[in-house]
Amino acid sequence: MELICPAGTPAAFREAVDAGADAVYCGFRDETNARNFPGLNFSREELGDAIAYARRRGAQTFVALNTFMRAGHEGLWYQAATDAVRLGADALILADFGLMAHVAETYPEQRLHVSVQASASNPDAVNFLVEAFGARRVVLPRTLTISDIARLARQIRCEIEVFVFGGLCVMAEGRCSLSSYATGKSPNMNGVCSPASHVRYRQDRGDLVSELGAYTINRFPRDEAAGYPTLCKGRFDIADARGYAFEDPVSLDVMDQIDALREAGVSALKIEGRQRGKAYVAEVVSTLRKALAATPEERRTLLARLRLLSEGQRTTSGAYEKRWR
Amino acid sequence: MNAGKRTLTLGPVLYLWEGEKWRDFYFRIADEAPVSHVVIGETVCSKRLHFTDPYIAPVIERMVAAGKRIVFSTLALVTLERESQYVRSLIADSPYPVEANDLSALALLEGEPHWIGPLVNVYNAATARVLARRGAGNVCLPPELPASSINEIVSHTPGVDFEVLAFGRMPLAISARCAHARAKGHIKDNCQFVCKDDPDGLPVKTLDRQSFLALNCVQTVSFTCQALLSELSGLVGSGVSRFRLSPQDCDMVAVARLYNEVLHGRVDAEDGLARSRQIYPAAPLSNGFHHGQEGAAWIARARNVAHGANA
Amino acid sequence: MEFPRPLAAPLAVVPIALIEGAVKLMFKSLLNRHPALFDRLGEHRGKRYAFCPLDLPLVFVVEPSRAAVLVTRKRAAAAADAVVEGPLFLLLALLEGRCDADALFFSRSLTVIGDMEAMLALRNALDGCEVDLPRDLGASAGPLSPLVSRTADAIRRRALAGENAAWN
Repeated sequence: MELICPAGTPAAFREAVDAGADAVYCGFRDETNARNFPGLNFSREELGDAIAYARRRGAQTFVALNTFMRAGHEGLWYQAATDAVRLGADALILADFGLMAHVAETYPEQRLHVSVQASASNPDAVNFLVEAFGARRVVLPRTLTISDIARLARQIRCEIEVFVFGGLCVMAEGRCSLSSYATGKSPNMNGVCSPASHVRYRQDRGDLVSELGAYTINRFPRDEAAGYPTLCKGRFDIADARGYAFEDPVSLDVMDQIDALREAGVSALKIEGRQRGKAYVAEVVSTLRKALAATPEERRTLLARLRLLSEGQRTTSGAYEKRWR
Repeated sequence: MNAGKRTLTLGPVLYLWEGEKWRDFYFRIADEAPVSHVVIGETVCSKRLHFTDPYIAPVIERMVAAGKRIVFSTLALVTLERESQYVRSLIADSPYPVEANDLSALALLEGEPHWIGPLVNVYNAATARVLARRGAGNVCLPPELPASSINEIVSHTPGVDFEVLAFGRMPLAISARCAHARAKGHIKDNCQFVCKDDPDGLPVKTLDRQSFLALNCVQTVSFTCQALLSELSGLVGSGVSRFRLSPQDCDMVAVARLYNEVLHGRVDAEDGLARSRQIYPAAPLSNGFHHGQEGAAWIARARNVAHGANA
Repeated sequence: MEFPRPLAAPLAVVPIALIEGAVKLMFKSLLNRHPALFDRLGEHRGKRYAFCPLDLPLVFVVEPSRAAVLVTRKRAAAAADAVVEGPLFLLLALLEGRCDADALFFSRSLTVIGDMEAMLALRNALDGCEVDLPRDLGASAGPLSPLVSRTADAIRRRALAGENAAWN
């Protein structure tokens, strides 16, 4: 199975390649990709250099153009696709049907991957994207169990890539307007979720309160570690209950099930985290690289080390485990 | 511009209502509500199907007798084999047009006239035209879209009727996990249909007691109620021809009558808003998405006018 | 880890001009090595960033648009759009891009006040450069050279501790 690794900056890109990525995915420095965070992403020149760097070391580069084109401004996305193709991207990761149709028509030879943001969660959906746009690979939503994936793999005509490590969307990706409901900025339209521009922390009677737009997302007593106010990972009141309504602040880790994923027919394992630092990328990629080649016993030791590195952070196998639902 | 062609659509009931309540609701809509189209059928959770199954035939019969045009809704999230089979058989057997709410329905509907629901991502005309070529004749746009996008999409996609959500809590997210069951101490596989206890959604408040969202099974909806009344004439001017009313647990016949009056210029939008607040007092109104702001925001027309006057 | 007091104490009496001179030298050498550093800031380039090490009696204010740095003893004098305060080693880990963006917000030992987005942009810009403090500052630190090498040591030891406070 291939290891697909994130890069938010050229520095992180080089770290990912050096640490053993089979492919690195990244995006341009604008709203054409779903990690449109300040200070992140690639200029055209940086992408060209990164692709060359990867190629010299036998790694591929996937370019994410995985937001939905703003009506009337489609040219921004079309130009990004043109530039990514020109610079030699090995695959484009797309979510918008209009953009998929454009790429399939204009660059029929270009490898097209379906972004998780397209929310293709069943065989009919995936086969539609294969037939309509010539998709070669689908990144599955984090809403499926491993047995769902195995069943799906038998019925579709393209490769499967799944998320195995990093951040976890609780909601079906590409179908969530929670962020824009509170801030006006959404993953689909702006490439951001719970954007820093709308985040505020304030002290209140000894608690640290985190706010997103006009809404309180969490309160942390003095002795508790504070978190970033990602909307779906906040604490809320529902009737008489108080707590994490959607999901605890945990991240995804299903590396202990890579044999099951391989048997299910998965071709590529994806690490989330283009917004994470280069040190994080280097450590996670090199450890998961080793884990892929290791015996099950060795793998346990390696993964335990990785978990130790993210001490204080809890992980979950998310929807891959049926009980999570 | 298409001045004569503007109608109301009743969207599917998104909540789990008791079978008889559900039936009686639709009977009354058939008899009294000035809506031209009714989109009907379970949209949120496949586990709920048996609640309405016994009543669907008499409801359809009553609707058709009353001259309403029926559109079958489909599931928003299809992951299980059972769910795929349900969508396939619904599309194969339906004597009425079907509305696609996920990519599987979209795939299966190719080549026959169908509708696109607000849960399919149509953010630009390029996408709308791809769907139109495959047979989509009616597209209800996602609630997140600002007026500028709506205008752009409608004007560059000929041959499609466009619809906009004008009333109701906005669908914001859907998950494989059931937050509604979780809030009541269950998991999805053993949910005991607790969402039935909240026919208008289960409110989610912030820790500072601000009303924020509402849970509806695996779906999260806004706490606020979308209310595009002042915006109707502008939307009609943009070429939008249908306006969707999404059922809440209130007098939806009164909502339909009110929107119909405002749509045809017989009631002023401001008066309409005041009456809308009386009909559905449970939720504050919002129209922020339409104005390119946060979805929860309320942009008052009066303020815009005042602002214009001062400028 | 707090900055060792015996090292911090003299900074309260050393003339500010001397400290500022040394810091300016280091800053200039850093920018020489990483000329593209501030390009990544985009719209946040014109903002003022203040760094307040809680274990030093000093505040550093950086203005990317003028490639300028200012050192002061008074918090009040340090008007800035975005302020980050915390132990020096964490601030320096942040400078080296060894501190995860998410961790920046997550860790309570580092507090961001003001323009959160600007500070995130700076963090990401720093991460995008391959800043290596001991290498980049090395000889240019002048009179503060021993202090620099000692803190660089501390950073090396503590670097990945900053990664512990991860978030998703």
